[in-house]
Amino acid sequence: MSELARRVAVVGVGNSRFGNFPESDANGLAAEALRNALDDAALGADEIDGLVANRVPHYARFGEMTGVSPRWGAQFPAEGRMSGISIETAVMAIVTGMASTVALVYGNNGRSRRVFYGGDPGFWAPWGMTSPGAQHALMWRKHMLRYGSTTQQLGHIAVAFREHALLNPNAVMKRPITLEDHRNARYIAEPLTLFDYCLINDGGVALILTSAERARDLRKPPVYIAGMARADDYRAASTCPDDFWFDAMQQCAERVYGVAGLGREAVDVLQIYDNFTPTVVFSLEGFGFCPQGEGGRFVEDGKLRLGGALPANTSGGHLSESYMQGWGLNVEAVRQVRGECGPRQVPDCNVAQFLCATPCSLSIIYSR
Amino acid sequence: MKRMAYDKPLPQSDVWSPPFWEAARKHELRMQRCAGCGYVRFPPGPTCPRCLSPEASWELLSGRGRVWSWTVFHQLYYAGFKDELPYNVALVELEEGPRLYTNIVGIENGALREGLPVVVTFEQATDDFTIPHFRSADVAYS
Repeated sequence: MSELARRVAVVGVGNSRFGNFPESDANGLAAEALRNALDDAALGADEIDGLVANRVPHYARFGEMTGVSPRWGAQFPAEGRMSGISIETAVMAIVTGMASTVALVYGNNGRSRRVFYGGDPGFWAPWGMTSPGAQHALMWRKHMLRYGSTTQQLGHIAVAFREHALLNPNAVMKRPITLEDHRNARYIAEPLTLFDYCLINDGGVALILTSAERARDLRKPPVYIAGMARADDYRAASTCPDDFWFDAMQQCAERVYGVAGLGREAVDVLQIYDNFTPTVVFSLEGFGFCPQGEGGRFVEDGKLRLGGALPANTSGGHLSESYMQGWGLNVEAVRQVRGECGPRQVPDCNVAQFLCATPCSLSIIYSR
Repeated sequence: MKRMAYDKPLPQSDVWSPPFWEAARKHELRMQRCAGCGYVRFPPGPTCPRCLSPEASWELLSGRGRVWSWTVFHQLYYAGFKDELPYNVALVELEEGPRLYTNIVGIENGALREGLPVVVTFEQATDDFTIPHFRSADVAYS
């Protein structure tokens, strides 16, 4: 266990409604989430001295609107990998004394403003290559060729997370799906179908982090950041990585369990960055929950479902709750450790782990 | 002879790419080869990712490679590709090492396979731009 372990705790979490809200915007949704997170922590905006903003248009304008004027702040780009990076940076700010209580806010109005992921004038546009989904489709094809994986295996992931969403009143998706629905869905970028893709929605999410000492005096039981680590791989940033970020995730796994002083067997619930279903398989392999190449077969027996050996994305995740770019998954991790998840609660949940497979591979372990 | 109006996306010029597109206009596939260590890089950039040397030559490549993987687009993202749907995009690994996204032309999408040997072919888009595509180098398709 390292110096970093359990120095910082999450003391407040909040989110807005998820869906289509043309009457609001990213600032409005993030402010709604911040109010809920502050209420959850029983803290006032004047007690926040650090602000990390993500996807809202401008950190200072957001602070002006919400009465948060911190001594330390940061804003990260709109990519989903920045959720975990934001949280890790806030931990570093608190541990180093740059801030004592940090609010992290995320607001996205991509659905009502019809933000389209793909179709931009990038370097590969003359060949019609665009969108993260197409990149993942091409990687999944390679995984199928190299390891004998199948698209049906991805269906097991989509179906499990949809089942979880049905237990989450705030999830956008309300109807069950079957493996057959997954198989018959229309292709977006073959071999991926509609149900392999996450859901662009409007919403806001916020977390409040503070030092372990301060956390003990607040309303809710602290959920500690037990471990965090990151391993980036930029070598194929323009195309796609030969190993689906496997080596980077292996390094990240070794570090994160080392920091936390615990191993995979201690993890009660996973929250996996599921922008597309193949990312779940890549993450399970990279973080060592199954051997390399075995991820497709690993998910076939319902392991990721509530009640399974390794429940994952209990809120429904990006695939069926709402694509809040990792933020909602981290909030769900905190709520699971607190035991606040009602019908979708994992029994005796002490440890939750967030996994993210991207050019910035990252993991955060939350514990009581 | 007048060509049909070309409405697919045209290359976005940055300061590093013009020699690539100028070569393509002459039906040549050229990429930067580092003068320091010989590494061939793509997309074009200011420096060698292996040795950080800024010195490079625009080397004529063999135009031969193999399909690493591919996807088939069913969703329309660019209006100019409307008549092409469903169209393929492959990641091709060139003999000289670099990988690039491209289209494999003259083949059914269902006939694409891993490791398929391909060779560059050029499609004139406008007076200024010619796009390098690839076609199967297998006798059966050539």
